[in-house]
Amino acid sequence: MIVYKHSVSLDATKCKGCTTCLRRCPTQAIRVRDGKACINPNLCIDCGECIRNCPYQAKQATFDKVESIDRSKYLIALPAPSLFGQFANLDDADYLLQGLLNFGFNDVFEVAKAAEIVTDYTRRYIRQSDKTKRPFISNACPVVVRLISLRFPSLRNKLIPITPPVEVAGKLAKERALKEHPELKEEDIRTVFISPCPAKVSWVKNTPAEKKCYIDYVVSMSDIYFRVLSQMRREEIPTVESESGVVGISWASSGGEASALMNDRYLAADGIENIIRVLDEIETGHFPDLEFVELNACPGGCVGGVMAVENPYIARVRLQSIRRYMPVMMNYLQDDPDTEIPEAMLATKPGDHSSAELLHSDRAQSFRMMLEIEKIYKQLPGMDCGSCGAPTCHAHAEDIVKGESTLDECVIRMRELLKKKEQNGE
Amino acid sequence: MEEEALHFHFDVDGNNFASAGEASVQVKRLLRQMGFSPDTIRRISIAMYEGEINMVIHAHGGDADVYVYPDKIRVVLSDTGPGIKDVSLAMQEGYSTAPDNIRSLGFGAGMGLPNMKRYSDKLEVRSTVGVGTVIEMEFISA
Repeated sequence: MIVYKHSVSLDATKCKGCTTCLRRCPTQAIRVRDGKACINPNLCIDCGECIRNCPYQAKQATFDKVESIDRSKYLIALPAPSLFGQFANLDDADYLLQGLLNFGFNDVFEVAKAAEIVTDYTRRYIRQSDKTKRPFISNACPVVVRLISLRFPSLRNKLIPITPPVEVAGKLAKERALKEHPELKEEDIRTVFISPCPAKVSWVKNTPAEKKCYIDYVVSMSDIYFRVLSQMRREEIPTVESESGVVGISWASSGGEASALMNDRYLAADGIENIIRVLDEIETGHFPDLEFVELNACPGGCVGGVMAVENPYIARVRLQSIRRYMPVMMNYLQDDPDTEIPEAMLATKPGDHSSAELLHSDRAQSFRMMLEIEKIYKQLPGMDCGSCGAPTCHAHAEDIVKGESTLDECVIRMRELLKKKEQNGE
Repeated sequence: MEEEALHFHFDVDGNNFASAGEASVQVKRLLRQMGFSPDTIRRISIAMYEGEINMVIHAHGGDADVYVYPDKIRVVLSDTGPGIKDVSLAMQEGYSTAPDNIRSLGFGAGMGLPNMKRYSDKLEVRSTVGVGTVIEMEFISA
């Protein structure tokens, strides 16, 4: 199995072994062992729910620190569309772009600009594709892609195969720098993605070996926020101009990507539990005849990312005021819409990782294990209290049969046994 | 003696339309853990979902029992609803007795039983008017 590199980790000194993350993890990837939470890397989808919900801030996201950026290089900032919703009283995107330059970036390339190009390619892909494969599912949220490869492998061929905006932004930004500064070589340039979520870090880390990655650093939005804020000055007239329109910036919140397709045959859902339900419905075939499904793991879309600074709903309102003065769309494909989509714009199809949930590689053996699990499950209280370290009683039964836990870990059952002993006068 | 089966029981709540389909989602996970192929899992979840919806629409709910063997899966859906007057008519695509309010939700297209037949390897319908309906489906697994 290919080892998947994650960006969610645990600070063991802060973890109290409580059961919060255990219960909130949508793939049951967490167990509490020896009083500390452990993440099963084969099941983790980097959704960040554990980071969002940990009451002790013991769950962390791995990002590149702003200090670690090599300042001797030609640096290009790639701000995510959601960054534009983080600042109060910002009604003109140019002030933020100028703030990034003032901070020390040599150039800024908006991910929103790339998102408009991706939007155009997505329209083209839907138009050119076999209608029976509908609905197509957006691949922009890396959590959704990983969730599908893990739990809904039969839906992999519904994923839109266009390279996501951040990667397109990185590529175009580097090409632009090389063109505008002929003295630069490729190794002199570094792109820095300013991200609202850890899943994008994992996505960059797990770029297939045969694919070139155009993102050099991924920094967290909250890490860079105050440093950029202090560089944004109202009295200073920006020297840069935003190159994206309403369509690109709207990718920041749920429904933005889908509504940019300019028709009403789409659905947008956000929040991890909600998107799992939608995927279940698509798989069951009980789904309205739609062209496109946009799914975002975070509540409200990317503005709800765990590394965003502002409340997602406030960020959304702010984006509305920025959008008011923006053109609809600034980046269009110029060629004939029937032209084939170029190889360079195509994303790699995710693998089938559903074996991560298998009890055993041999069917007969996993069948025997499941029989055993059901027998043990009947002896458990069904309270799903998490005290044993597993998220549910059923998961505990599974752990026992896999040899990872014992029946004695169930405190409720132990208490009942003690009571019985007392009653019998033992 | 028949070989030992894994048995899962689900109550299908007739009063909660939104919960219809819960059982098929749970079954999906169990089958994935045992390594059944995505195609088999998909067939079962579609057929089972249709059955669950039917029980909610027509019979105020019922019982769903799933028996898993290493090489096949048997799904038994039983209810004490009004029963089906003419089974062969109900098996025809597009034939539906669902009320308008159900149709307005996008259900009741008359594809329930036909889909169950299409996606299962064996389908048996036993129904008595005024007593109830039992539907047995079998899926040979790959």
